[in-house]
Amino acid sequence: MKIVVLVKQVPDSGADRHLRPDDHTVDRGSANNVINEMDEYAIEEALRIAEANGGEVTVLSMGPERAAESIRKALSMGPDKAVHVTDDALAGSCAVATSAVLAAALRTLAPDLVLCGAESTDGRVQVMPHMLAERLGVAALTGARKLTVDGGTLTIERQTEEGYELVTAGTPAVVSVWDTINEPRYPSFKGIMAAKKKPVQVLGLADLDIPAEQVGFAGATSVVLEHSQRPPRSGGAKIADEGDAGARLVEFLATEKFV
Amino acid sequence: MAEVLVVVEATRAFGVKKVTLELLTLARELGTPAAVVLGGPGAAGELTARLAEYGAAKVYAAESEQIDGHLVAPKATVLAELIRRVQPAAVLLASTQEGKEIAARLAVKLDNGILTDAVAVAADGTATQVAFAGGTLVTARVTRGLPLVTVRPNSVAPVAAPAEPAVEQLAVTLAATDTLARVVDRVAEQKGSRPELTEASVVVSGGRGVGSADNFKLVEEMADALGGAVGASRAAVDSGFYPHQYQVGQTGKTVSPQLYVALGISGAIQHRAGMQTSKTIVAVNKDGEAPIFELADYGVVGDLFKVVPQAVEEIRKRA
Ligand SMILES: Cc1cc2nc3c(=O)[nH]c(=O)nc-3n(C[C@H](O)[C@H](O)[C@H](O)COP(=O)(O)OP(=O)(O)OC[C@H]3O[C@@H](n4cnc5c(N)ncnc54)[C@H](O)[C@@H]3O)c2cc1C
Ligand SMILES: Nc1ncnc2c1ncn2[C@@H]1O[C@H](COP(=O)(O)O)[C@@H](O)[C@H]1O
Repeated sequence: MKIVVLVKQVPDSGADRHLRPDDHTVDRGSANNVINEMDEYAIEEALRIAEANGGEVTVLSMGPERAAESIRKALSMGPDKAVHVTDDALAGSCAVATSAVLAAALRTLAPDLVLCGAESTDGRVQVMPHMLAERLGVAALTGARKLTVDGGTLTIERQTEEGYELVTAGTPAVVSVWDTINEPRYPSFKGIMAAKKKPVQVLGLADLDIPAEQVGFAGATSVVLEHSQRPPRSGGAKIADEGDAGARLVEFLATEKFV
Repeated sequence: MAEVLVVVEATRAFGVKKVTLELLTLARELGTPAAVVLGGPGAAGELTARLAEYGAAKVYAAESEQIDGHLVAPKATVLAELIRRVQPAAVLLASTQEGKEIAARLAVKLDNGILTDAVAVAADGTATQVAFAGGTLVTARVTRGLPLVTVRPNSVAPVAAPAEPAVEQLAVTLAATDTLARVVDRVAEQKGSRPELTEASVVVSGGRGVGSADNFKLVEEMADALGGAVGASRAAVDSGFYPHQYQVGQTGKTVSPQLYVALGISGAIQHRAGMQTSKTIVAVNKDGEAPIFELADYGVVGDLFKVVPQAVEEIRKRA
């Protein structure tokens, strides 16, 4: 089975993150950039499927030059090779344009299975998997907490608010996963060494036949007008329990009309 | 005035979701609200009265086994057809998993911009979004196509405005690629009759400090006393105290209730990501230095096993 895992580099969600004052894009220069956490689960799932069924795992990432670090990190977990789509003209790309670029790259790779994280922590938009499926005309099985592969048939447990849905489709398909699906492995020393030699194909827009004006700021379908930091919340009253804190808490709730 | 399409979300147990009523309220600012029900045969019948109560001047109904039996794609196809025909002023969806997925497909089908996680939408379609764990506010506008916006639950208060909608049945004409992902079963795991986490006006969450799955009964009791939903931190979920669908935070649900009660939760940045836009925050933690107190409007430094039972008893006394 030919599997492609989509990996996005994002600023670490554990640190303060900002938008750039000039063009309102995610400030990736000052941030500690990491693999989008959910994508590690997608990589793990891809490796497990390839280990069980045979196959090849390719990492695909669109991002600036420095995303190369995250691609190596992804490869150190075990995938065979990677494709890095990078081009100065891609800066400022909206989700719609990004999906066009990733879909074009996926067409050249012709995978049986595309694995994604359910959402990215910088955008948190949960749109990419369905955008890609729509463009490629393949099935989308999204929000998986479990994935079973039986020959060319895929079945997921899709987490919903009320429980879960069992959803099934044949390959080729796009599947997105939550962090409940598995426990990602840590790269071994051997894995890290091996990753240095794994092939990473670098593609620009010209390689994908996409005109520069259709992506980046020029081709964006939406525009950020302004952004601001929300004033940080400040703590209010803080009491130490002296045996009556439960009652005093309810007193507070009553003045706020919650009881 | 042009129509504003509101894509309806409903559950079997509770009918039209609160977020849909919020969207109908919001839609009035942008044009004439028209609700779109997409579901199985008969889906619109039970929902129309409620949609009318909240101002739907029209109800479009697409009812088909094909919609009910497949994931998202058929809904997007029917909606795209409707949008091309009626040229609405805007399309509003809930910023839920499904809402965003439908919007994603519409954006590609119509080559249209998309704005997700909005907390406000102005009359001209400009949306206010929250980014980065609620710490950054962004105003943005779709520059290609119509405003296609997903709005977070609890962003506006739903206000009734009775209307008498005509119901128009939509033809469901699908492409072969719309029916690739087949829903073969739906399994309910929701316990009891508590409000849905993202929609609840009160959320009581427990963290690692709750100590065990059994002790989560205490969190549930507090939630029930306040008529709220139960949430959990990731540490509590990872420890197996409570199911994952109740996780609040960066990799869980984003909630924005009137009241958020954090019990035995330290307040890590990733947890705050999911709850810091709550109106009032209350915390009980035995560690006076816990970061959760930096955002709590009312903080109790104490043992939750003493504080919570007393609070629950006190609430019941007052009821
Ligand atoms: C990429 C990423 C994504 C993440 N996403 C999320 C997310 O979505 N949601 C989330 O919650 N976390 C998330 N986390 C984890 C987050 O960093 C914290 O580890 C987690 O929120 C801690 O949960 P906690 O507060 O319950 O546990 P702890 O930090 O262990 O805190 C437990 C608290 O309970 C208090 N306590 C203990 N006993 C008692 C008692 N008897 N009475 C009163 N207080 C008591 C302690 O003082 C302590 O403050 C994420 C982390 C990463 C790296
Ligand atoms: N620029 C990108 N490069 C590679 N994969 C991406 C990119 N953007 C999004 N993805 C994938 O799509 C998933 C969902 O992202 P999003 O729709 O942005 O929340 C991520 O977890 C990634 O797997």
